Amino acid sequence: MNENSILLKMQDISKSFPGVLANDHVTIECEKGHVLGLLGENGAGKTTLMNILYGLYQPDQGKIFVDGKQVVINSPSEAINHGIGMVHQHFKLVDTLSVIENVILGIPTNKAVLDFGPAKKKLEKLCKEYELFVDPEEIVWRLPVGKQQWVEILKALYRDCKVLVLDEPTAVLTPSESDQLCRAIRKITEQGRSVVFISHKLREVIEITDKVTVIRDGKVIGTVNTKEATQSILAEMMVGRPVTIERKARPIIKEHSAVLVMKNVNAFDDRGVQALKDFNLTVHAGEIVGVAGVDGNGQRELSECIAGLRKPSSGSITIQDKQVTNVIADPSFVGFIPEDRQKTGLVLDFTVAENLLIKDYKEKPYVKNGFLQYSEIKKHAEHMIKKYNIKSPSGDIKVKTLSGGNQQKVVIARELDAQPVLDVASHPTRGLDLGAVSNVHDILLNERNRGAAVLFISAELQEVIALSDRIIVLYSGQIMGELDGETADQFTIGQMMLGQTTEAKK
Amino acid sequence: MTYEIILDWLQASLRWSAPLIICAMGEIFAERSGIINMGIEGIMLCGALCGVAVSYYAQSQAVALFACAILGLVLGLIVAFLTVSRRTNQVVTGLMINLLAIGATNVIFSVLTVMRHKRATTFGALFPESMHRIPLVGPVLFAQPFTTWIAIFIAFIASFVLYKTRWGLNVRAVGDNPQATATAGLSVIKLKYQTLILSSIAASVAGGILTLASSGYFAAGGMTGGRGFIVLAAVVVGGWDPMRTMFACMLFGATDAAQLRLQTTESIIPTQFLQMLPYVITVVALTIMVKRSRVPKTWGAAYDGRRS
Repeated sequence: MNENSILLKMQDISKSFPGVLANDHVTIECEKGHVLGLLGENGAGKTTLMNILYGLYQPDQGKIFVDGKQVVINSPSEAINHGIGMVHQHFKLVDTLSVIENVILGIPTNKAVLDFGPAKKKLEKLCKEYELFVDPEEIVWRLPVGKQQWVEILKALYRDCKVLVLDEPTAVLTPSESDQLCRAIRKITEQGRSVVFISHKLREVIEITDKVTVIRDGKVIGTVNTKEATQSILAEMMVGRPVTIERKARPIIKEHSAVLVMKNVNAFDDRGVQALKDFNLTVHAGEIVGVAGVDGNGQRELSECIAGLRKPSSGSITIQDKQVTNVIADPSFVGFIPEDRQKTGLVLDFTVAENLLIKDYKEKPYVKNGFLQYSEIKKHAEHMIKKYNIKSPSGDIKVKTLSGGNQQKVVIARELDAQPVLDVASHPTRGLDLGAVSNVHDILLNERNRGAAVLFISAELQEVIALSDRIIVLYSGQIMGELDGETADQFTIGQMMLGQTTEAKK
Repeated sequence: MTYEIILDWLQASLRWSAPLIICAMGEIFAERSGIINMGIEGIMLCGALCGVAVSYYAQSQAVALFACAILGLVLGLIVAFLTVSRRTNQVVTGLMINLLAIGATNVIFSVLTVMRHKRATTFGALFPESMHRIPLVGPVLFAQPFTTWIAIFIAFIASFVLYKTRWGLNVRAVGDNPQATATAGLSVIKLKYQTLILSSIAASVAGGILTLASSGYFAAGGMTGGRGFIVLAAVVVGGWDPMRTMFACMLFGATDAAQLRLQTTESIIPTQFLQMLPYVITVVALTIMVKRSRVPKTWGAAYDGRRS
């Protein structure tokens, strides 16, 4: 391999934060015109490394080379000048501005007065070239997330980047959009630009990259040519032990009484757009109903309606023949794992013990004559920490210091310990690493085996198929189709997710 | 008789709204960039005293306004250092500035004993005397001190800068998403300093105009009489848009002028109630309008560059 063909090299990068060594002598190389995959679980240090490259953090040690020259990057504007473009996992777009305004924001120019004419022409040319079409005049918040991703990519290309870093780009894309992204990435690399593709989704990494560097606990585990890699090799490198997401054997549950019954439910989202349309669903005891679909097709409103957090505009929702009218805050009746554990599921500044208590704080023995009984609360917390294997030294530490997987365990412990008749789990594995994911799967499967009705909402097809007894596909607030969990295949579900019924295909 | 009162009222409405408009235009930029400059009331008060004092000693209104601008720059730097660099709470910092300003102006004014008996010359009109005699528009528009015209002109300039220039785009971006602005290669801190200094200069000059355009006299303690707070309300009522804010300022200016006129008529309503009028209108306007406006997303929140 020729030294000159290395476009980007980060050598021996170390970075520590108080209490964590986020990057430990990390070296990565990316050749001209290649796609480098950066694979690792959440918290492995991928994003820290890329933030160093983009000048958001300064490394404690290590060097960065672009095009063979050593560079020091102190700020994003310097990174941009060195030809580095980045699409962050959480988009860095100003929602209230138009696409073109976002694209030209921060580009140095001598002109004080805005002139969109030439910028629009250049942007439209880029849209055509990479087949990533967006309307330059559209206000960003009106765009679907997939399109926002295009804006981010176009923004980097507009600045003529040599290296484009994509941080978990497919998390928000539909399967067809992912394909579109793959095509665009190929076109980008054909021109001699390089792409760093960060992901923890193995299938995509194998599909699109030329080489893969695997990072675990801030260290590089190894770099392999993608051609020689398989999913299981990479997964093992990533987690440090063999892992699989496969359908587990499950006992047949005989009792099949209907627990959750939704009839002709209509509901609106926060923006006043109809999110559920004449929605009918029944979930029985002892079954897991998986809800597949691209995010934003009514999943959030569905879970919120069931939990009583959102009032449907019409229709009825009953749980064990009880009408849902108000917020259900009784975890022995409904266990609710909300989609955003950090905002809705937990109070991050409260301790683990307090978070575990949030729904029981009025109950004996935790309160006596209006005073909280901290010894009891503590005892309860210690018990839960042990029972649910929460990695927390005690109940007294703030929940925000725990990792995502352990935060989720706190939510699960609170919601499911009282053995509810219905579990609503909304994206319970989102952002968790593989180990934590399989832990959540096991818990939900046990809930089903215990006889609870489980509604499992997820955007990850693989896990919906692995876990569900029955799968419904949600598309713009309606059920596009229903499949049996044993026989469902990804392709059919993928089609339905795009709003195509199997009949329409014929 | 009533016709003359109405003319006089209209004339005064515009005159009273000029300082409000100038102050509000600066505040719009600060708030668009995410910072509430609550200190404008106090800065305006300082500017009011600075205006009369310098005008009296230097015998030049241009020098007086220039001095107000410099004063605003210094005070703006202080506010920016506290709220942006030190990330102090913007409301508390603003209140502190306001309290300090009341104390400081009282002390300084009590030292400047000569000024209690002399008035500074007030601004002249922009248009020649002959035009003042044109019916209706003459007294209402052409007899205005030139600062009124400048205020309206500034509102148009502010609108242009906010929507049609690079810097305006940067300001709009930074208040809604500072992280995005930073990753686009701009300095969030620098932008916030710029808007805060601009808003403080505007407030200080507005204070100077407040005295020099009308009475030429500084009244210790309550010269600005909460006009800075009314500006804060006007910016919200105007939805952070220069043109709409200008009209909001004119509405408040008009009630202020009406209140002063009603006090001198022999009305059965006690003057104390009349004095409440501008503030009552402010509260009413806020409750009606606030729902419809779109708040800058990081309005009033400190920006921590280390957390991205």
